[in-house]
Amino acid sequence: MAEADYVIEMLGITKKFGDFVANDNINLQVKKGEIHALLGENGAGKSTLMNVLFGLLEPTSGEIRVNGQKVNITDPNTANKLGIGMVHQHFMLVDKFTVTENIILGSEPNKFGFINKKEATKEIKNISEKYQLKVDPSVVVRDITVGMQQRVEILKTLYRGADILIFDEPTAVLTPQEIEELMSIMKSLVKEGKSIIVITHKLDEIKEVADRCTVIRRGKYIETVDVATTTQQGLANLMVGRNVLFTTEKKAAEPKEIVLAVEDLVVKESRGLNAVNQLSLEVRAGEVLGIAGIDGNGQSELIQAITGLAKVSAGTIKLNGQMINNLPPRKITQAGLGHIPEDRHKFGLILPMSLAENIALQTYYQKPLSNHGFLNYKEINQFARERIEEFDVRTANELVPASALSGGNQQKAIIAREIYRNPDLLIAAQPTRGLDVGAIEFIHKRLIEQRDNGKAVLLMSFELEEILNVSDRIAVMYEGKIVAVVDPKETNEQELGLLMAGASLAQAHAVEEGKATAEEVTTLDK
Amino acid sequence: MTNSMNGKLKGVIVALLSVILGLVMGAVIMLVSGHDPIAGYSAMIQGSFGDLSYFGETLRQSTPLILTALAFAVASTAGFFNIGIEGQSLLGWLGAVWCALAFPDLPKFILLPACLIVGALFGAFWAGIAGMLKAFFNTSEVIITIMLNYIALYLSNFVIRDIITDGKDATPIIPDAASLRSPGLEQLTDYSRLHYGIIIAVLMCVIVWILMQKTTTGYELRAVGMNPFASQYAGMSTKRNIILAMVISGALAGLGGTMEGLGTFKNIFTQNSLPGLGFNGMAVSLLGGGNPFGIIAAGVLFGALKTGGLLMPTEAGVPEELVDIVIALIIFFVGASYLITYLLDKLPAKKNALKEGGE
Repeated sequence: MAEADYVIEMLGITKKFGDFVANDNINLQVKKGEIHALLGENGAGKSTLMNVLFGLLEPTSGEIRVNGQKVNITDPNTANKLGIGMVHQHFMLVDKFTVTENIILGSEPNKFGFINKKEATKEIKNISEKYQLKVDPSVVVRDITVGMQQRVEILKTLYRGADILIFDEPTAVLTPQEIEELMSIMKSLVKEGKSIIVITHKLDEIKEVADRCTVIRRGKYIETVDVATTTQQGLANLMVGRNVLFTTEKKAAEPKEIVLAVEDLVVKESRGLNAVNQLSLEVRAGEVLGIAGIDGNGQSELIQAITGLAKVSAGTIKLNGQMINNLPPRKITQAGLGHIPEDRHKFGLILPMSLAENIALQTYYQKPLSNHGFLNYKEINQFARERIEEFDVRTANELVPASALSGGNQQKAIIAREIYRNPDLLIAAQPTRGLDVGAIEFIHKRLIEQRDNGKAVLLMSFELEEILNVSDRIAVMYEGKIVAVVDPKETNEQELGLLMAGASLAQAHAVEEGKATAEEVTTLDK
Repeated sequence: MTNSMNGKLKGVIVALLSVILGLVMGAVIMLVSGHDPIAGYSAMIQGSFGDLSYFGETLRQSTPLILTALAFAVASTAGFFNIGIEGQSLLGWLGAVWCALAFPDLPKFILLPACLIVGALFGAFWAGIAGMLKAFFNTSEVIITIMLNYIALYLSNFVIRDIITDGKDATPIIPDAASLRSPGLEQLTDYSRLHYGIIIAVLMCVIVWILMQKTTTGYELRAVGMNPFASQYAGMSTKRNIILAMVISGALAGLGGTMEGLGTFKNIFTQNSLPGLGFNGMAVSLLGGGNPFGIIAAGVLFGALKTGGLLMPTEAGVPEELVDIVIALIIFFVGASYLITYLLDKLPAKKNALKEGGE
């Protein structure tokens, strides 16, 4: 059988969530013994596709073949039995168990109901020597590094007999040295006959390890290319697409005084690493500063620190000249902040509460919405109706729970609430994620309107189109720092893509002007 | 939209079905053990609503349960699982009686309110401990409140034996100036032990309803319970709200215990085990859907089961233990209301699935 050249074939995979098509007729064919990259922007549908392959989601239509045999993968156990293993981005490890205990969890070798740990340890040692996965089987997972934890995850899949390993954004949480080590582990795995699918949007990593690369964009299959004969720019072009930019009309910005000044800010993430590392930036009245960057480079932590939701470890944040470091969120709000949060369901709304109560969320304690601690529902509902009208929130009425609205209308309600107070600084984090074109246009217009009214706007987005379209200045964030500030009129998606992947401004310019190739930039990087 | 209306209606249906299922299961048990369930339940109805005196007893029985149920509802609205109502109500009982015995000469208009307030404060303090630990150290309120229940039980026994009395198992009777007993209400109900507590309980239901639905404080408590992240984003203090919810809950629980101390028994006595005010209150709260007015209805039902049950051994020959089993079964089905909700959801879902399949 000629097809058996491919260990995995996903043919015509379509996955719909309601009206939303996450995967639209996607093909993915992985050869035996290759490292196959799956490339796409955030939300392009990569994870959905892999979840289909791993049995976590059921495809709406399409066919999966493993070693030429048509299979029906209904759950992760079936996937395991077919030799498919997944190394998750967020490790699925039990903190308090040892490495051995974690690896054998769920498939413990036992004798009369007793775990045979000796045998397990022996086998783990064998596997780890074979693939040069250095780990100490007896230590507790809580006490080892992130890189080591990832190796435990890899061992876990190998222990279960995986021949095809899926890596979901494996380098997102690793240090540069750990990334190097992971790359060599991946190479030794394929040398031993394993096949690997790696989900990523980091172009340099694809260039280094992958043999072939399948690009998907907005849920659609674009192309499968040979990595050796494709440049990083070529890959970037495929990922982003050459569509005409959908630009919002706007006049030139008239930046005035500084509204937000961040200096040498350090914010730690849960593991204690510096998610924001000595970052400085300024936003002026009358301008939109866009923050571009790949997810996980500290953008969320930066915004949480400014809005008082995360602790500032060092540095200063000033809003209108007033220090707001570690102030309670309400004090910061009262100092002139509006915040459209990145996760609208977790932070933006209280879903079971009525739409009116949600629209009152920032001002319920003030007159006329309440008086001496008593809520005035007549005023609250009236206030909500006005905001609903003004922002064209499509809803049956203001009394339905917020959960009854569509995503776009929920977002409009949040924006209505935040813009109403006419804040000096409006922070919009991923304001159009998951929204349709009409809603996106509306929200962009409102952001620019705020700017034209002489307010400062800080826009954080993973969508380059959005950043280029709305911002007056673009700050590129990489590994917790602003690595470059560029003018949207003098840059393009390719340059931004290179900067976001860690290239310096000079290197990016060199590539732009044809003085250097993208490959050279990455070799210079090392 | 259909959401809130349907939700409320469904809650009522689920509650009614729970009670009916519990009664049916109770009947099965009576049948199996050779008793006549019709005679049994007639005795129960007779003993709870049969005449004014029984009805008065039913209301008296339900008084502390309404308050402890309210206590549980307030805490759970704010996302807090208060299992400690047992201990909080017992200490409230103790505090109120202690206060009454300490100042026997005060006039009624000072002593009675003072005893009510002390009872509420004892409960609030006990719950506040768990609230503080949760707010500042994120300890599990479940474990802390369970343990505090036992401390409260033995603390109360110790205070009765070694501080208030000299080695006795019960305190003296409280002075009339601290009593909630109402000759008027007693006369009205053909000399039951019905006391002013029922008015306090209903009043508290109204106050709690206003607090939760009409004030900014209640809005914050509900918000924190439904989504602590969004509440923090909106500038509410989660710590403050957790402690506040616990203090209010504890005060209501303490007041529940106070009803026994100043109304029903007029003293406090040592206990071998927790008196059950809190656990029954939790069941009442669940059955009432956490809604103050639902709680009144559920509280009266529980009161009826308890007082009506007293007549079952004599009138229908059903042993006391079986009566307790029947009551426990109803509580069981209330707790298992998830099952009933699930079945209710399953029915229309199946119909829809068939429809879609046909199209």
